[in-house]
Amino acid sequence: MGMTVAEKILARASGRPATRAGDVVEPAVDLAMSHENAALVMNQFRAIFEGTGLEAKPWDPTKIAVIFDHRVPAESPKTATNQKRIREFVVLQGIERFHDVRGDTGGICHQVLPEYGYVRPGQVVVGTDSHTTSHGALGAFAFGIGATEMASVWALGYALNIEVPATIQVVVEGDFPSHVGPKDLILHLIGRLTAQGANFRCIEFHGGTIRRMSTSGRLTLCNMTVEAGATAGIVPADDETLRYLREEAGVEEPTALVTPDADATYVETIHIDVGKLEPQIACPHTVDNVKPVGAVAGQRVDQIVIGSCTNGRLDDLAVAADILRGKKVAPRTRMLVFPASARIYAQALDKGYVADLVRAGAVVMNAGCGPCLGVHEGALGDGEVALSTTNRNFKGRMGNPTADVYLCSPAVAAASAVTGVITDPRIGPRTGGN
Amino acid sequence: MPRVVTVLGDDISTDVIYPGRYMATVLPSETPQFAFADHAELNAKLKGKQIPPGSVLVGGQNFGCGSSREQATSTLKGHELVIVASSFARIFLQNSINLGLRIVTAPGIEAAVGDELELEADAVVNRTSGKRYPIVPLPAARQAIIDAGGLIAFTKRRLVAERGGAAG
Ligand code: SF4
Repeated sequence: MGMTVAEKILARASGRPATRAGDVVEPAVDLAMSHENAALVMNQFRAIFEGTGLEAKPWDPTKIAVIFDHRVPAESPKTATNQKRIREFVVLQGIERFHDVRGDTGGICHQVLPEYGYVRPGQVVVGTDSHTTSHGALGAFAFGIGATEMASVWALGYALNIEVPATIQVVVEGDFPSHVGPKDLILHLIGRLTAQGANFRCIEFHGGTIRRMSTSGRLTLCNMTVEAGATAGIVPADDETLRYLREEAGVEEPTALVTPDADATYVETIHIDVGKLEPQIACPHTVDNVKPVGAVAGQRVDQIVIGSCTNGRLDDLAVAADILRGKKVAPRTRMLVFPASARIYAQALDKGYVADLVRAGAVVMNAGCGPCLGVHEGALGDGEVALSTTNRNFKGRMGNPTADVYLCSPAVAAASAVTGVITDPRIGPRTGGN
Repeated sequence: MPRVVTVLGDDISTDVIYPGRYMATVLPSETPQFAFADHAELNAKLKGKQIPPGSVLVGGQNFGCGSSREQATSTLKGHELVIVASSFARIFLQNSINLGLRIVTAPGIEAAVGDELELEADAVVNRTSGKRYPIVPLPAARQAIIDAGGLIAFTKRRLVAERGGAAG
């Protein structure tokens, strides 16, 4: 009997010839990522060692990554102090995969990990962040865990009691129409599956559309699989993965690809043809409340947000710059742009995208999570409406429970920035400088 | 017998349970004050100690969806609430087991504020409505963490077994 990618990776990592959906395994961890919540992990890590007489040392500091992104630069003395404690900890423990608040090497954890070649196909990646599913874009089995579970991984080097998930196969065919892309695809899929339709499952992506998709687009897909409840999302690694690793992540050594067996067992197969897909919008207050853009076109928008681990990459900024070049953000609308990493910021500067966006009236902020989770900057006023390329629209997500958050692609966000209302980019302001 | 103190719908996210802006607070002893911070009435009752320990919060499907923030678990644990819901999101479920928050999966659970719920070994009985809702048991491997007294204690034991040292 054949295995899915998840079954193969978890078999290898737990030293078994095979695993099946439903097996409980303790897979060795190849990469363990935390952000500012490393402060909480550290506390729990010390608690594990308390009274044992053992020195509190992680199993392998080379496999731990710590990235500051959620509150950069620190918004409060409390955060600054947490960051200071973590800085001291990474030095003490010899953790070299540490990305501080910097304009050259910083960024959102889910962007920095692939960019620096830390994630490889076939790995088991855990992160104290639910969007750790992102890293399945490179063919890894990557999932979010809590801080105490991470402390346990730091101590033992493996994850406890992981149920091998059953896998949903999603086969995507067709070419995206113009102004439609990976974000619309994943919003559409979440709308179909619902917010819990993939709970305790893995989503494996297949089909010609996926094979032709860049790693950036695949990151957008896998990033949001957790919004359907999935444990992990995986694009089986292929030539594009190898290209990304070589050209963009600087990985020299050969990389083995893990692909599913032809006779692998899937709990469900979903076929999607993107040839007729329309731009999609997730309406307040759940990510599965998905409608085609036409259903909400004309809705007033107070704040546009382009960025995050979902859509803050160079191709996303290119889409926005193309639409906004020579135009202006609507007078009663604010537009905030935050690149996913410092490297992307620099590339967007070189390409002129930052200039296009700034001249149009956008505020381009430092790389990081920015307003995505409502802790840091870009909060919404009472009753205000945001249209955002981020991944969550839960009540209060952007810091104000009376505000509404709509989720969309960069094309919809940029087109809507010009008009000040939710706008179909296929109809709205056209690309170019008129 | 425990009483239901609030009834929430489906897809209650961790952003609702513990808003992101309080995430710089990492000490479990300090998180309870921010439970349902954007839900003023419930937050005030919890902070004012008007809700007795052991009270039940009833949720629908996919309770605790969203982020992996463990504060969403420690904040409820701090008030010694019991969460009964039709289903739980994966990371929240695991965090609850790890930290010892009592959660009960009872598909289809229906209750109103003030109802008395009896938590039996294999079912939740709503004494007020007379209805009985079978419980979906936790997988055995997860039950082992609860039996050990939480993940810190469980991992401590493993660690000592693997690296030597004193049993904590
Ligand atoms: S950008 Fe938003 S979703 Fe992504 S890691 Fe940061 S806070 Fe989380």
